[in-house]
Amino acid sequence: MQKRIERLQAAVNAALGGRAAVLKEAFGELLLEVKPSVYREAALVLRDSASLGFEQLIDLCGVDYSQYRDGEWTGLRFAAVSQLLSVKHNWRLRLRTFAEDDGFPVVDSLTEVWPSANWYEREAFDLFGIVFTGHTDLRRILTDYGFIGHPFRKDFPIYGNVEMRYDPVQRRVIYQPVTIEPREITPRVIREANYGALGAQQ
Amino acid sequence: MADIRNYTLNFGPQHPAAHGVLRLVLELDGEVVQRADPHIGLLHRATEKLAETKTFLQTLPYMDRLDYVSMMMNEHAYCLAVEKLLGVEVPVRAQYIRVLFDEITRILNHLLWLGAHALDCGAMTVFLYAFREREDLMDCYEAVSGARLHAAYYRPGGVYRDLPDSMPKYQASQFRNERTLRELNENRQGSLLDFIADFTDRFPKYIDEYEELLTDNRIWKQRTVGIGVVSPERALAKGFTGPMLRGSGVEWDLRRKQPYEVYDRLQFDIPVGVNGDCYDRYLCRIHELRQSNRIMRQCVEWLRANPGPVITDNHKIAPPSRVQMKTSMEDLIHHFKLFTEGFHVPEGESYAAVEHPKGEFGIYLISDGANKPYRMKIRAPGYAHLAGLDEMSRGHMIADVVAIIGSQDIVFGEIDR
Repeated sequence: MQKRIERLQAAVNAALGGRAAVLKEAFGELLLEVKPSVYREAALVLRDSASLGFEQLIDLCGVDYSQYRDGEWTGLRFAAVSQLLSVKHNWRLRLRTFAEDDGFPVVDSLTEVWPSANWYEREAFDLFGIVFTGHTDLRRILTDYGFIGHPFRKDFPIYGNVEMRYDPVQRRVIYQPVTIEPREITPRVIREANYGALGAQQ
Repeated sequence: MADIRNYTLNFGPQHPAAHGVLRLVLELDGEVVQRADPHIGLLHRATEKLAETKTFLQTLPYMDRLDYVSMMMNEHAYCLAVEKLLGVEVPVRAQYIRVLFDEITRILNHLLWLGAHALDCGAMTVFLYAFREREDLMDCYEAVSGARLHAAYYRPGGVYRDLPDSMPKYQASQFRNERTLRELNENRQGSLLDFIADFTDRFPKYIDEYEELLTDNRIWKQRTVGIGVVSPERALAKGFTGPMLRGSGVEWDLRRKQPYEVYDRLQFDIPVGVNGDCYDRYLCRIHELRQSNRIMRQCVEWLRANPGPVITDNHKIAPPSRVQMKTSMEDLIHHFKLFTEGFHVPEGESYAAVEHPKGEFGIYLISDGANKPYRMKIRAPGYAHLAGLDEMSRGHMIADVVAIIGSQDIVFGEIDR
């Protein structure tokens, strides 16, 4: 297994050259990070290069890093992370790119490279508000018709902003601000590294 | 000449053939589908967001509720992702139990799929047959975890407890006389493993019964042969996995290609289709039933011969036994910390996938070293399949859309998450 991942790493390096910003291995998986300007180009190389052969985009998701390690994160906020799979070579790669503007995150769309990206990008747009340029049908997908906000952003409360109820006076269903008080039963705690001597030997 | 316009039809969200809450906007030319636009999200529960506010162990039962017909497989992917970050060793016996229950789950899922798919296409009996066998397998679930559906049986580090030595029996009631009771309890005299072994002996004959009803059935073939054809190239580009990919002739099964647990020690075949239509996918799944049965039998044999621990003895991750907890101070502290604060997963990210009955089910986990996941993404196979519905159903009749949805094995718990 170890050998295979080294071979993949060498092949990615050879095919992408300087376009790879980060290429590192962790937990037996390879992460490739590229700048958003070469994102689409890199994706095309990953798919078309015979030595890589990533025919399949298994998954694409948005990530909001703003509260990573309770605010220690200094880099860009939004990332689009995709998991690629090559059926031919039987290996996987994680492709990540950070959107350059935190206020209005924009990333190139991969729908023309892998058609399966279509719904995944719609989902990332819906939940994180990441806009994918070149996507032909960027509608909301999981949230309700007429939903406001991007619920998976870290600053969106888990209880939401509005709740729905039937109003007997107006005789229709109305939206109103939430009345539930937020509570956290188990607090989130970050311990020092190697706490409990857990962790895979890297 | 009169101006002919396309007709738009709303299919669902409450439609018996929509397999849950699928709202499908169909653009029709006569009865021919020009465009299908699935509207999903009616069952969206934000599982991924909820996971960010729960400890790693509290998230586990949510996994059952994703694809609610193959519960333990979802847990499996989650456990693998957490274990990868923790670097914890899972005892071999636990791995075999997981494989055994993975295959039970696969049969459960395929039986529900078979029954529902056949029912959609007008065959009533298969549904009744399939549910007869599901009952036995859900009894296995119940015997091992106490729950028939939402088991929460797999835990990071192993499985919750060992297989029981006795199988629950039917009780006497005013509706059963002694003879029926004896017949019902006949195969429940021994342990759970005996019951499963008995099931694996009976099951091939049951599969023959389903096949007798469908495989050479003219109506069934008319409804499925040549419907929803996907070429191997398109199946790959569309992100199809599992039987949807194998039905198109791509030999790809994670159990064989990227083996997890003990799949590399077991004998089984991977069925592959030729034409990529609904009928080939049906044949693939039927054959998978037989292969699952074969794997189960091998697991039962191994489990009978090899007793041992079923969960890791690292009490930072798995709780100590009740007896230990009540006699040792250190174990009491471990127990308390585990169920109040939960265990901490080291910083990092991992992606773990299993060969789910529907395709590749993956969990992408980002941990920042806290007791809760920073971000968890669920890769649901049905999501990619449903996205391909538009392309698959174009040019087909409305009735064929039902057959295509059926052959995609759609379950909304995992698609909407």
